[in-house]
Amino acid sequence: MENLVEAKALTKHFGSFEAVRGIDVEVRRGEAFGFLGPNGAGKSSTMRMISCVSGRTGGDLKVLGMDPGTDGPKIRARLGVVPQLDNLDTELTVRQNLQIYGRYFGMSRQKCREKAVELLEFAQLADRADHEVEPLSGGMKRRLTIARSLVNDPELLLLDEPTTGLDPQARHLLWDRLFRLKQEGVTLIITTHYMDEAEQLCDRLVVMDGGRIAAEGSPKELITRYSTKEVLELRFQPDEEKPDLTRFAERVEVLPDRLLLYTVDGEATLQRVHEQGVTPVQSLVRRSSLEDVFLRLTGRTLVD
Amino acid sequence: MDTLRASWFGFEKTWTWYRRNWRATAVSGFLTPVLFLLALGVGFGSQVQSTALIGGVPYLQYLAPALVVVTAVQGATFESTFPVMSQFMWQKSFIAMVATPITPAQVLYSQVMWLGSQLLLRSVVFVGVAAVLGAAAGPGILLAILAGTLAGLAFGVPLVAYSATLEKPEAFNNIFRFVLMPMTLFTGAFFPVSQLPDWLVPVVWLTPAWHGIELARGATFGTLDLLPALGHVVYLGALVVVGIVLGVKFFHRRLAV
Repeated sequence: MENLVEAKALTKHFGSFEAVRGIDVEVRRGEAFGFLGPNGAGKSSTMRMISCVSGRTGGDLKVLGMDPGTDGPKIRARLGVVPQLDNLDTELTVRQNLQIYGRYFGMSRQKCREKAVELLEFAQLADRADHEVEPLSGGMKRRLTIARSLVNDPELLLLDEPTTGLDPQARHLLWDRLFRLKQEGVTLIITTHYMDEAEQLCDRLVVMDGGRIAAEGSPKELITRYSTKEVLELRFQPDEEKPDLTRFAERVEVLPDRLLLYTVDGEATLQRVHEQGVTPVQSLVRRSSLEDVFLRLTGRTLVD
Repeated sequence: MDTLRASWFGFEKTWTWYRRNWRATAVSGFLTPVLFLLALGVGFGSQVQSTALIGGVPYLQYLAPALVVVTAVQGATFESTFPVMSQFMWQKSFIAMVATPITPAQVLYSQVMWLGSQLLLRSVVFVGVAAVLGAAAGPGILLAILAGTLAGLAFGVPLVAYSATLEKPEAFNNIFRFVLMPMTLFTGAFFPVSQLPDWLVPVVWLTPAWHGIELARGATFGTLDLLPALGHVVYLGALVVVGIVLGVKFFHRRLAV
């Protein structure tokens, strides 16, 4: 399968700070690829290098088969970029934002007008077309930013934290739009620190931490490899000393307010814990998630 | 995509914004010359006796070509500070632009184009108003349009470059107070530079405003010799070039990290 992005030993330094410390990444055509990690893991720096805005410090990088160092504008002509912070022209109308962005790609005015109409539909903003952007809700602005990034029919769409700061309804609406794009054959690269977003959207992902890749695979593979089928969460009083329950599970993680017991059968484990006279304030059996993978790999939770 | 085309698209964006918001700038662009010419030229000028030092012409006419330059330099200062910083930091439109085939250098060129067009427009309006108010000594004042535009660019383009290095807008207030204000008052617009203390004159020679005023007034009254005129144009042109070179560097540093 053709690779749209190939990175080998890619690094990025800002002065003495090493934001990205030698990562290998391949993104295949048609897939949705994720960078999962906490803030400061190097996800955004990596995205900026892939979007051919920021130069690399070391290593190799090919995007759409070209070198961003020499063919930046040519590559960018075929990319769509959704930045972490909206940078819409808020004093212009929704429609003008789309049309002007098309012009940046050298499209004719006529083509820009047609494309704007099409994207207004896609973003479900047709009824707001001639309103100024400023008063729109966060979710609407986000949809407009995504619509704008599609003005040049990109082969590769880069989304940096696409749903950060949105309410659940707005997130689901956005995910739905992204699914549709994927079905149309657009390759997606997404950074996120939300595990549910990564699980929902990504075919394959890498877990990043401290500028390095800690693990790579599909969400399911990663969960199978690094976690158990189920997790038993036991919550105790904040000042209560937590009992040692390591003998009941394959692995136990101690968090400030609770214990996580990694086990094949959560209910059975809970019963055995109860039989030992341990009485947590609250207990919960759930499936393993990427959050558990991250905890296992880094010893830290994803969202602090 | 070639550089001129790419820069043009950036210009187009600002033009689109301007079409929606032109009233605010147009009012100040039109009112400023009217107020200045009325207050200082007609009002204050009525109390000023013409001397040989100002060429024996009425004060209003002496003032008009220089005010074209002064308002252009003022306009350039406003256009090159907050709006530029905003597009890096608040509106972030520059950041949106460099995610497309447009390069940081082309973003800068589009700003220079925009600035030049604004200065040209302001200067044309000013000369038109001056003509109506009887402040134009002759057709030579039309050349003040070019002098004003060039002087405005000579101050504005380096300022655009400087604005690209800032994280906070506080420095702008110092520029308004300690650079723009004295440059407006003491570079020969309101009285001949020869009235200043000798030690100050070389400082005045460094300002784009003085070179622009010399050009504008000289062209209006036909007192300009070719060699000094060339000198002024070359000096102002050099400032524009320095501004562009620095601007390309600073825009790249700011946008491509």
